[in-house]
Amino acid sequence: MSDSVKDRVIEIIAEQAVLQPSDVTEDQTLEDLGIDSMGLVEAIFAIEEEFDIQVPFNANEPEKSDFDISSVAAIISAVEKMVSEQIA
Amino acid sequence: MKRVVITGAGSINPLGHTVADTLDAMKNGVCGIGALDIRDVERLSIQIGGQVKDYHPDDTFNRQQQALYDRFTQFTLIAAREAIEQSGLEFAGTLAAESGVILGTSGGGLTTQDDNYRAVYEEGKNRVHPFIVPKLMNNAAASHVSMTWNLKGPSFTVATACASSNHAMGQAFQFIRSGLARVMVTGGSESMLCFGGVKAWEGLRVMSKDACRPFSANRNGMVQGEGAGVFVFEEYENAKARGAEILAEIVGFSMTSDAADIVMPSQQGAARAISGALSDAKIDASKVGYINAHGTGTAANDKTECAAVANVFGPHADKVMISSTKSMHGHLIGGTGAVELLAVLMALKDGIIAPTIGYQEPDPECALDVVPNEAREAKVEYALSNAFAFGGLNAVLALKRA
Repeated sequence: MSDSVKDRVIEIIAEQAVLQPSDVTEDQTLEDLGIDSMGLVEAIFAIEEEFDIQVPFNANEPEKSDFDISSVAAIISAVEKMVSEQIA
Repeated sequence: MKRVVITGAGSINPLGHTVADTLDAMKNGVCGIGALDIRDVERLSIQIGGQVKDYHPDDTFNRQQQALYDRFTQFTLIAAREAIEQSGLEFAGTLAAESGVILGTSGGGLTTQDDNYRAVYEEGKNRVHPFIVPKLMNNAAASHVSMTWNLKGPSFTVATACASSNHAMGQAFQFIRSGLARVMVTGGSESMLCFGGVKAWEGLRVMSKDACRPFSANRNGMVQGEGAGVFVFEEYENAKARGAEILAEIVGFSMTSDAADIVMPSQQGAARAISGALSDAKIDASKVGYINAHGTGTAANDKTECAAVANVFGPHADKVMISSTKSMHGHLIGGTGAVELLAVLMALKDGIIAPTIGYQEPDPECALDVVPNEAREAKVEYALSNAFAFGGLNAVLALKRA
């Protein structure tokens, strides 16, 4: 697994959006990418499986979650943080 | 068209093992939700639920019966016994032939499946008990009620997720109203509080880790419950002729499909079901004093349901009381409408409105009278019971005071 966390997260998001990873940019929001609440829950599941982490996310109160989903960049940095905490 | 009345009610659920205990708990705003006591609970991220407490199958069922009765069937038989005994009916001859059973469940014998998958996959066993199939099948409960009380008419099981028991009771109502049956034993049962059952719900990320707070601005999801509610629906003239106590009359039923999304509810689909039940009952919305809400405590359901009620009721929406007893017993999925019908009976018969407990903060998107935290006395002539399922399948019943 030589790919960076960033590349792997983008790949997961691209799959949900039915796009090529190269078409996903970090400034995009999930809404821009056409990912709805079900797509988000599936993407979080894929991220948990990929990195073997637990993502704190309740669909009833996404704003209260520690997991920032406001943009692709925000998701990447949240996952990077959780992965580094797991290693540490 | 025949008139249809309720002459018996029975239940076992997180609030009590009888109807009387359940209504007592509802009056007092008791919360039946607590820490889950199930195998492997430490591997769940959701560790609360509305379990039936102090339940010992050995007190009621012998070893042979337990080999055939999944927990959801056991709950059904306990509730059915209470309901049928209250009705005073005995089924023989033509009455038996003209009486049936329609029950709702979503998961059926899920606990049996969970236990036996564990045995073959986790424990590596190559043999399971010979009666696993008749124990886990969704119609097991309906069949055992039919066998136990000699009900030989139309009998089947309805599975429409969270609306299962409302769909079942609606069918039973229509069978009697149309003359296809004289008595129907109906309601629903669920027992999904096992490791696999909770794990599957966890995945959706709509479950609360602390409490079910319907309509409250700080609500954060649903809580699962378990149990059964069973009723005796009877043709009015039959009930009157034998001098039976009538608990309430069922006057309308409507079902609709959102045809939209597999999990997100639709205001329009819900509104069409509510207004459909009113027109089936031939009553104006202003006659309705109480609505037992679907009120799951999720962000999506509660605001959609309130919008649908506001839409159908217009200015009268501010006068109608609407409460969710899921705050007390949790979401019994395929059995939920049946247990919630007890709150409707209490409103009509005793003039007591069950509260929505756990209510902490008003939500402008749920700006109705949700009977927060404390039961209330009120005279109610007509009441509705809402159920809106995953898959967009909606079922609403309309009842009238006897």
